[in-house]
Amino acid sequence: MGLISSTHSISRYYVDGNFFDGAAEGIRQGLIENAIPEIENEYDEISAGWTPLETPYNPDFESASFIFGTYFAFSLRIDKKSIPAKLVQKHMAIETEKKKKESGRPFISKNEKAEIKEMVIDILMHKTPFIPNIYDVLWDYDNRNLILFSTQNAANELFETLFFKSFDHKPIRIFPYTLIEKSGNFASDKKDRVTALAPLNMKGVQ
Amino acid sequence: MLDIATAYNKYGFLGNEFLTWIWYLVETDQDITALSGSENPVTLEIGNSISLENNLGDKSKEKISIKGDQAGLEEGTTALKKGAWVTDMNLICRIGEEEYKFSIKGESFNITGLKTPTIDTSSSEDEIEGLIIEKTFLIMKVIKVIDTLFLKFIEKRISDDWNTSDLKDIRAWIQS
Repeated sequence: MGLISSTHSISRYYVDGNFFDGAAEGIRQGLIENAIPEIENEYDEISAGWTPLETPYNPDFESASFIFGTYFAFSLRIDKKSIPAKLVQKHMAIETEKKKKESGRPFISKNEKAEIKEMVIDILMHKTPFIPNIYDVLWDYDNRNLILFSTQNAANELFETLFFKSFDHKPIRIFPYTLIEKSGNFASDKKDRVTALAPLNMKGVQ
Repeated sequence: MLDIATAYNKYGFLGNEFLTWIWYLVETDQDITALSGSENPVTLEIGNSISLENNLGDKSKEKISIKGDQAGLEEGTTALKKGAWVTDMNLICRIGEEEYKFSIKGESFNITGLKTPTIDTSSSEDEIEGLIIEKTFLIMKVIKVIDTLFLKFIEKRISDDWNTSDLKDIRAWIQS
């Protein structure tokens, strides 16, 4: 569902601010410093960072381009491990039985249960591979607009956090209110009229 | 400017009203080209889904979803008569010879399932820049139509004669 797909899911942002050393250099630095780590930490549950649009599995911004015409385009890659609850349940049952046998007791304490659960999740997390998800980002810097090719809340939230960390620019989601605020079409008196609006009663009868 | 989360929750209704207005424009054959300020002819058509929501006053909501290529919209118009709003809809937008299909959500303006006119994606890597620019151009084009129509709706919505002209006409359409 990315930029070159046949269908797209998009959410939009307004990005204000300038880079001290020029946009291309500022963005390049932000991308390099916050690229997704090439070496995975096998105990992490999630790993996220920028990758080039054309080579999402080779996060090397020294060789890959992120400037396309007047746009900046790159991708957000989120690698995540997901352990099925039923798998945790299965291993919990196995380990609980082992513990009971070892202790000679017919039950285990609440603390022991919590310890087993932590151990099981640790082991499974270590064994489970990361599943990558890639969301393209298109930044029309000159017009202060940005498109994120995702409408998933978790991805959008991660994007907003990483974007601010990388570029020191706060992306503002475009939705009805912010579109009015940022469009430049309305003077402050008109904006005041908008903020005074209440939902309509379209049917015309109470 | 208001806090973003507050603004999102408080003014989400403007997006739903906008989509309801779009439905009214489509059903009453309004001049969408003029409203969108486009140089090329612009038409809109309701696509294969529409969802409506009605606040029942006791914090409960009634939700109506209509899906399917040949689905009739009668239940939707009945819901409008009961005071419901369009919360998301699938639209077919034609700009000149180009056709765009997408679903748009009123409160967030998130766009899903956007299909732009086809471009040749079999090009070599050297031509990737051209592809990205072309695709971006198409996406921006349809976004511009949506934004312009929304801002036009807001202009009307805050105008002094909203109650006596546009709202009156929309109510007449709903009750027709």
